Amino acid sequence: MSSVKIELRQDQVDKIHSICDSFGNQEGELINVLHKCQSTFGYLPAEVQEVISEKMEMPAAKVYGVVTFYSFFTMIPKGKHPISICTGTACYVRGAETVLNEFKKQLEIEVGETCEDGIFSLSCLRCVGACGLAPVVQVGDKTYGRVAPDDVKGIIEAYTG
Amino acid sequence: MSKYSKNINKKQIRIALRNCGIIDPEIIEEYIARDGYHALGEVLTRQTPEETIELMKASGLRGRGGAGFPAGLKWDFARKNEADQKYVVCNADEGDPGAFMDRSILEGDPHSVLEAMAIVGRCIGSDMGYIYIRAEYPLAIARLKIAIEQAREYGLLGKDILGSGFNFDIDLKYGAGAFVCGEETALIHSMEGERGEPTLKPPFPAESGYMGKPTNVNNVETLANVPVIILKGAEWFSSIGTESSKGTKVFALAGKINNVGLIEVPMGTTLREVIFEIGGGIKDGKKFKAAQTGGPSGGCLTEKHLDTPIDYENLVANGSMMGSGGMIVMDEDDCMVSIARFYLDFTVEESCGKCAPCRIGNKRLHELLQRICEGKGEESDLVRLRNLGEVIKDTSLCGLGQSSPNPVLSTMDNFPEEYLSHVVDKKCTSGVCTDLLEYFIVEENCIGCTACARACPVGCISGERKEPHLINPDTCIKCGACMEKCKFDAVILK
Ligand SMILES: Cc1cc2nc3c(=O)[nH]c(=O)nc-3n(C[C@H](O)[C@H](O)[C@H](O)COP(=O)(O)O)c2cc1C
Ligand code: SF4
Ligand code: SF4
Ligand code: SF4
Ligand code: FES
Repeated sequence: MSSVKIELRQDQVDKIHSICDSFGNQEGELINVLHKCQSTFGYLPAEVQEVISEKMEMPAAKVYGVVTFYSFFTMIPKGKHPISICTGTACYVRGAETVLNEFKKQLEIEVGETCEDGIFSLSCLRCVGACGLAPVVQVGDKTYGRVAPDDVKGIIEAYTG
Repeated sequence: MSKYSKNINKKQIRIALRNCGIIDPEIIEEYIARDGYHALGEVLTRQTPEETIELMKASGLRGRGGAGFPAGLKWDFARKNEADQKYVVCNADEGDPGAFMDRSILEGDPHSVLEAMAIVGRCIGSDMGYIYIRAEYPLAIARLKIAIEQAREYGLLGKDILGSGFNFDIDLKYGAGAFVCGEETALIHSMEGERGEPTLKPPFPAESGYMGKPTNVNNVETLANVPVIILKGAEWFSSIGTESSKGTKVFALAGKINNVGLIEVPMGTTLREVIFEIGGGIKDGKKFKAAQTGGPSGGCLTEKHLDTPIDYENLVANGSMMGSGGMIVMDEDDCMVSIARFYLDFTVEESCGKCAPCRIGNKRLHELLQRICEGKGEESDLVRLRNLGEVIKDTSLCGLGQSSPNPVLSTMDNFPEEYLSHVVDKKCTSGVCTDLLEYFIVEENCIGCTACARACPVGCISGERKEPHLINPDTCIKCGACMEKCKFDAVILK
């Protein structure tokens, strides 16, 4: 679980409750509830999961089990500029791994982590459907194609410079 | 695909992609103008469900999601299972890394899928359909929502469709990034809000699926073919393709090839036609080495398969499979051992962990490959790879584990010498496995400045001042200090 304890404000708790209500508090809608909560809060910390579990009357372990099963759900807040490297096959054969290693080196974080200053986070995607531009890197909504390890520095600087 | 020349276009037939890039997917009238929803009208007013199912059977349409099960037969099973409620599910989870056919259809022609789902609903006796789509496809989701809304306004979804008394509606369910959820039983558990873990079949979804009710699961591309088949007839469709595989298949062509992108070719087209005619050959004039089909469940085809007609049976016979249609082309610079490791890496990450052969076995397979890529492999590891691979295939619970060793076994079969050179000579001939590369001084570039020799911590560089230097590979510890010091690009890895 995430190491930082957070304190949810009452309005945030209310927001979670209203999301659960909008799906009729039905167990079968758990994944939809989680999608909605993640798009509201940016991530799904343990505290949010606990509120969901109480409201929907299911064990917290079940909520946690579902959150951790699916890679789309994250318990760590994403950086201000989330960096995603496509590691689909087309990108892999065109050198995505060396690009990924360069990002790790420059940002000093591993995949799935966020920089201490919260500016960047690093994750991998499997094919964003731009195989023609492989290897592909996305920063937020912006897509960079044919990225070489030497380009990494410039990409990072574009957001910090 | 205007960038293809006319000659190349002749090899392609667009059935599933017939409207993609041609109509505005957000305007239902444009779909209708191209015979959209006419097939649904035909089915509702002029055919009995049995007749429609017979037509589908006669057409020979097989599932495009991977397994290639005959669509008409599947519908027939779901129809014959009596229940108060049945469901139609469209599998739009598209998890194969490096494939995006389904997404293109949903984004470019969402109504074709909606229309087909309603037709399936009519055939099996269901009034509710769900599209299980990955949350990572926001544009496809937006287009589907618009399309569903418009179809409802036109009375093409909802109650009493076209005055026939038939009710059918469609809703979306979202995936959340788990490859195994493409497997139909896992998909159904995920739809129910659970962890997407597969269960044993039988019972098949056609008997007990979503909410325990008979459920018919079809892939996006399978569905996109349905309306055309109904309008043009089974005979027309079955005239395209090979004896056992009818119609066309969409491939996402990618990798070291000149024309990347989606192509749709008749079943039975050869690999040579796909790669050298449609794909424009290998990039930078390099040599073709292999084409990987079937993603993490598939295998690779090589030079000797270039003239084999591509269909379900031939691919399986050659150690690969159709899969969803990703086709990754590789050239002489690609290392087959590391490609196998890449797929195993994916499988290990995506295994749901429910059964031991897949959870533990694939991890061990991956470790073996990792060792080989690092130059720590032994010849006996090759025997271990094969034995373990066979066991995993035989004993895993679902299709993921049952097919996960394929990329390893197939590359071992086709490129035994490459595996051998990794474990015996500790060499990676394509220069991909960096741990197997050696530092080397290019004589022509070296001016003999001695900078490298002074930097080398183990003193393995010899040579007189102003003479070319030499690295002794037996004692070199590959620290890279020499390369960093050399100002003349004389030190290289090879
Ligand atoms: C591990 C695994 C992943 C799968 N992923 C997909 C997928 O992404 N899309 C898909 O349509 N079928 C996928 N399938 C196949 C489905 O289980 C199922 O056979 C298919 O959706 C049936 O539709 P069809 O008969 O129209 O092909 C997958 C199967 C396995 C074992
Ligand atoms: S084979 Fe793998 S993915 Fe399938 S049930 Fe077993 S562990 Fe899960
Ligand atoms: S540093 Fe470069 S140029 Fe100088 S001796 Fe070594 S290899 Fe030759
Ligand atoms: S890599 Fe290190 S050990 Fe090897 S020759 Fe260069 S400096 Fe010496
Ligand atoms: S594999 Fe990277 S965009 Fe397709």
